[in-house]
Amino acid sequence: MTTTAPVPARTATAEPTKPRPEAVRGPRQRTLLPHLFLGILVIYFLVPLWWLFVASTKDAQGLFGGAHGALWFDSRFNLWSNLKELVTYNDGIYLRWIGNSLLYAVLGGLGATVLAVLAGYGFAKFRFAGRRAMLAVLLGSVMVPLTALVIPTFVLFSNLNLTDTIWAVILPSLLNPFGVYLMQVYTADAVPDELLDAARVDGAGEIMTFLRVAFPLLRPAVVTVLLLSVVGTWNNYFLPLAMLANTKLFPITVGLGLWQGQASANNGGGTSLWGLIIVGSLVSVIPLVIAFLSLQKYWQGGLSLGALK
Amino acid sequence: MAHTTAVDVPSPASTTRTRSGRGRPGLNERKRSRTGLLFVLPFALVFVAFLVAPLLYAFYLSLYSKGLATGVVFAGVKNYTTAFTDPSFLKGVWFVVRFALVLIPVQMFVSLALALVLDGLTTRFARFARLMIFLPYAIPAVIGALMWGFLYSPTFGPMQQIADLFGAQAPFLLDADHVFGGLMNVVTWQWAGYYMIIIFAALRGIDSSIYEAARIDGASAWQIAYRVKVPMISSALLLILVFALIGTLQFFTEPQALRLVSNGTITPDFTPNIYAFSQAFAYANFNYASAISFSLGIVVFIAVYVFLFLTRKRGSIA
Repeated sequence: MTTTAPVPARTATAEPTKPRPEAVRGPRQRTLLPHLFLGILVIYFLVPLWWLFVASTKDAQGLFGGAHGALWFDSRFNLWSNLKELVTYNDGIYLRWIGNSLLYAVLGGLGATVLAVLAGYGFAKFRFAGRRAMLAVLLGSVMVPLTALVIPTFVLFSNLNLTDTIWAVILPSLLNPFGVYLMQVYTADAVPDELLDAARVDGAGEIMTFLRVAFPLLRPAVVTVLLLSVVGTWNNYFLPLAMLANTKLFPITVGLGLWQGQASANNGGGTSLWGLIIVGSLVSVIPLVIAFLSLQKYWQGGLSLGALK
Repeated sequence: MAHTTAVDVPSPASTTRTRSGRGRPGLNERKRSRTGLLFVLPFALVFVAFLVAPLLYAFYLSLYSKGLATGVVFAGVKNYTTAFTDPSFLKGVWFVVRFALVLIPVQMFVSLALALVLDGLTTRFARFARLMIFLPYAIPAVIGALMWGFLYSPTFGPMQQIADLFGAQAPFLLDADHVFGGLMNVVTWQWAGYYMIIIFAALRGIDSSIYEAARIDGASAWQIAYRVKVPMISSALLLILVFALIGTLQFFTEPQALRLVSNGTITPDFTPNIYAFSQAFAYANFNYASAISFSLGIVVFIAVYVFLFLTRKRGSIA
């Protein structure tokens, strides 16, 4: 986050395949201790997810006093009927929440990424009046806590009658200053000026030069920024919580929060709702887990982009 | 647009051709700078609309106050003097500052240790572990908090059941004495893997011949980690620190999600952001909430700025 010259960022995007000397050299006992350490931590990081899965297979009774404790399956396997109840409860409001989350994440995340890629390219490859000042403001804005903007944005939107609409969630999600910063750093390094000039001399317009020459070179960074923006929007809680009153517009995070409020409000009577919250949480984490596992080639190197400067 | 020619990878000849023609300024250059602005423009509009405008508007709102009898009146800095003498606000600020001071070192230590260990291993299990440790990042903070809330729960969480085996009473990690640690655990669980990946990727970016040189000079594995690896990834560590600082000072989601199951430990003024939220939406006190939001924004901005300034200065001396 300083203004030193960018270090080649691409070295980190591909995982080096050369063997690490110390790993090859070390005898077996040498790696036992690190593996033990890793094993313990993997258990720590996975226990909540394991619990979530196990709890999703229980009925209300099993949840509160199962035969084999909280971390093991009950004698009855109830996952399918829980799922059925989840998608039918309250006219299938859960599916609607998932759909809303998807809509907000895709529109907000995709939009934020398009803006970030364009702006990053503009900052990195063109010289124009006010560029340095704008970059300084951009870097400064990375330090502004975005949640501090939620309440004033809410009041602004309510003056425009935009609150309680999907736009109240999507439009503010388009703002991703850090994404622009990442794209600027990456573009400056990954796209040689000579290549762009050559394309222009060959008669390509600016848009074609960008799309055909620069964009393919930016792919790893684009995927990273896209993933970060989509995750950011999917996980967002404060903004939709403030903006939305109509439960039909809720994303999954706010929806599950609503159920949790209802469940804790009527202690005892709400037991079945606790079960729905648990199985609903399980279903809602699956899409992003799959996305991360299948796109690991891209984000593993990409996430460090900003750190290299 | 007249671009009928295909734009494939250009030949070296065309590269040199353009380079010689680059120096002259003029119409082309001016047109080019306009193009640059056009690329930046869409983001700039969003930036003004959803960052600059809300900030200015928050400041404007914070200068007024609304009373039942008086209506909206100009209040000057009154909201700010109220905020900075309001025990609820100060208590929240004090909590997030304390939380940041304890959480961030712990979190950074865990993620650095993990990254260093993973960097030294090439086994299949190490790769698997890296992915699994990162996984919580993909889980929404609300869901993560809800999950831990269940795990902490005395009625159906495993903690009490494990304590029962020893005939003990498990602590309820959301009561007044333990909520600090309870929340710290949730946040560390959620973010340590993300930070670990950033550090790990930075470690992979180091040329490993440096380690060879250090080893020839007689450095042990510990010395290489501490004296070579850590200094070389200091910029990654700094980035994480700044992220963690910004994130912690605006702490909202986890305590808000756990509020209802905490039996009243997490109050509506637990953190500044929760306080602003409840002032705005429970009491419709938007002017005061804006003052709190704006103060929080300024405090975070200044804290991060000062921090960056200090670390940069030290870096240039070293």
